[in-house]
Amino acid sequence: MNMTFQGSKDYVASDELMRSVNIAIALQKPLLIKGEPGTGKTMLAEAISQALGKKLIIWNIKSTTKAQDGLYVYDVVQRLYDSQFGNEGVDDIAKYVKLGKLGEAFSSEEQVILLIDEIDKADLEFPNDLLWELDKMEFYIPETKETVKAKQRPIVIVTSNAEKELPDAFLRRCIFHYIEFPDERQMREIIKVHFAQVEEHLLRQVLETFYWIRGLYNIQKKPSTSEVIDWIHALELGGVEPDKIKKAVPFVGVLLKKNEDIDTMKRYLK
Amino acid sequence: MFTSFFYLLRARGLKVSLNEWMSLIEALDKGLHGSSFTGFYYLCRSVLVKSEADFDKFDGAFLEFFKDMELTDELPQELLDWLENPKEKPGENFDMERAMQNEWLSQEEIQRMFLERLQEQKEEHNGGSYWVGTGGVSVFGNSGFSPRGIRVGGEGGQRRAFQVAGERKFRDFRDDNTLDIRQFQMAFRRLRQFSAKADEARTEFDIDGTIRETCDNAGNLRVVYERPRKNTVKILLMMDSGGSMDYYSRMCSALFQAVSKSNHFKDLQVFYFHNCIYSKVFKDPRMCPASAVQTEWILRNISSEYKVIIVGDAQMEPSELLNSSYYSYGARDDVPGIEWLNRFREKYPHIVWLNPSERPYWGGWWAKTYDIIHKDFDMYRLTLEDLNSALKKLMVNR
Repeated sequence: MNMTFQGSKDYVASDELMRSVNIAIALQKPLLIKGEPGTGKTMLAEAISQALGKKLIIWNIKSTTKAQDGLYVYDVVQRLYDSQFGNEGVDDIAKYVKLGKLGEAFSSEEQVILLIDEIDKADLEFPNDLLWELDKMEFYIPETKETVKAKQRPIVIVTSNAEKELPDAFLRRCIFHYIEFPDERQMREIIKVHFAQVEEHLLRQVLETFYWIRGLYNIQKKPSTSEVIDWIHALELGGVEPDKIKKAVPFVGVLLKKNEDIDTMKRYLK
Repeated sequence: MFTSFFYLLRARGLKVSLNEWMSLIEALDKGLHGSSFTGFYYLCRSVLVKSEADFDKFDGAFLEFFKDMELTDELPQELLDWLENPKEKPGENFDMERAMQNEWLSQEEIQRMFLERLQEQKEEHNGGSYWVGTGGVSVFGNSGFSPRGIRVGGEGGQRRAFQVAGERKFRDFRDDNTLDIRQFQMAFRRLRQFSAKADEARTEFDIDGTIRETCDNAGNLRVVYERPRKNTVKILLMMDSGGSMDYYSRMCSALFQAVSKSNHFKDLQVFYFHNCIYSKVFKDPRMCPASAVQTEWILRNISSEYKVIIVGDAQMEPSELLNSSYYSYGARDDVPGIEWLNRFREKYPHIVWLNPSERPYWGGWWAKTYDIIHKDFDMYRLTLEDLNSALKKLMVNR
């Protein structure tokens, strides 16, 4: 298979990240991505899908999500209604079986990218319930006596914010990558992707201020990539004099979301 | 093929399984390391290590293993091949000349520099700022490989291969938000881990199942029961009592109330100690001798699945922590307090230290024992944010 991921024009991937992605693809194992919020975990899947020209299927996990939801849902209530009104096709159970995201990915003719987003939001048992399905890439629907088997093994990307620990059995089957917070040089590249022509002087002031704030001892919620991008946007729209950025930190509300943090920063600013 | 590396990783506390090892071998067969040592390093890490908190351990073991190879002559043939076959690694290979520059360093010096670096990292993690320094990465590889081999090729100034350290960022919260019992209780809700045990009776009404079965039954009611989901978290609470802790008695009693009223724990054990844990602890906060329990007994009988919360100010006269003959509440033994603390730490992987007090500004004795304990334990203040982080910490394997 000559498929390698080299980043995409909208997404700056570090060497290590590209390595991990390619290892996961070659070994046909799920790639587990962890990292601070705002380091582009979710965007990675989009970038891979673009770079490899494959369809992306996103399964967003919430606290109420069950493993079963990803496989299929059998709408038994609908079937009962239909049977009471004598609608056609009630005999055909398959009509009432709707595939979930995982089922969709398996049954696709082409290879797809499956993103299981924020897996740690779900119940603790959730990852374990998916072990077999992710290993064998198949599952059985007892209602229709049918086995859904992946025609093309999807490339599976799993993201986690580390809210809960994932079970060891699940971890053993994954390739793991931790996205570090980008350093100044990488951040520059990332910003350049979003703003084609940002003034160099402005950029330098912004980055200096940004990393200074992140380095402050007492900051509770550190600003991340998405915040610095919003901030540059705000600064450009507001037409702020670049020299004032470091001294006054205008539009600070874009960077810092907690009152305490803004107070802390102002205290250090003096 | 270099199986000893596998055992070394396990010996250094990484939970590498055979499955993962086989994956690595498979990956090497497929050439996923890209014929470079850098690639090899990242390949090993992404396949074998599953938590950023373990990266540091992995790096340590990696260094240790590949440092020794030259000496023990157990160099894996495969690695030798890469190194001796320059045409396979253009541009990103091992630079012998640069390695030679560091040749005058002895093993001990390298070791020392390595340890220093680890030390450095710890300090800055206490300080809570960002990862520092790149000191001497090139040195570590000298007695074998890695001056450039390990770090990302062609990216000078980014020598992080050995510094991708753990996530042990320590945060301090300056305000002492006074916590009331309710807030404590809400926080303790975090400590939940549900299980549906196979051997339990089906006693709870299952709405979804009933709807499903009833529909399947052409609308005739068919009731379904399921097994109750119960919290499996067990708590061992150890509280400092008396002495310097009296200042915080209100806060501690609120904490205690909250824990004991949170009836969702499967089991809750509470013991008291004074200053530090010694060979005896007490079931009663006044610590009358009749309520004494052998600490040994706790370590033997309370299993390691218990989540341990130690509450104390960690401030005492240094000898109370370090000397082995310290006499406290009728308990005299040959084991110093710090050793007891370490035994707890070794036995219970989920352990946090809650501290009602700040590190004393005036330093001296009190700060000394505070620092010693802080070094080994994840210490949290009794503020809402901190308590939440502490309890979160109890729920994850780090």
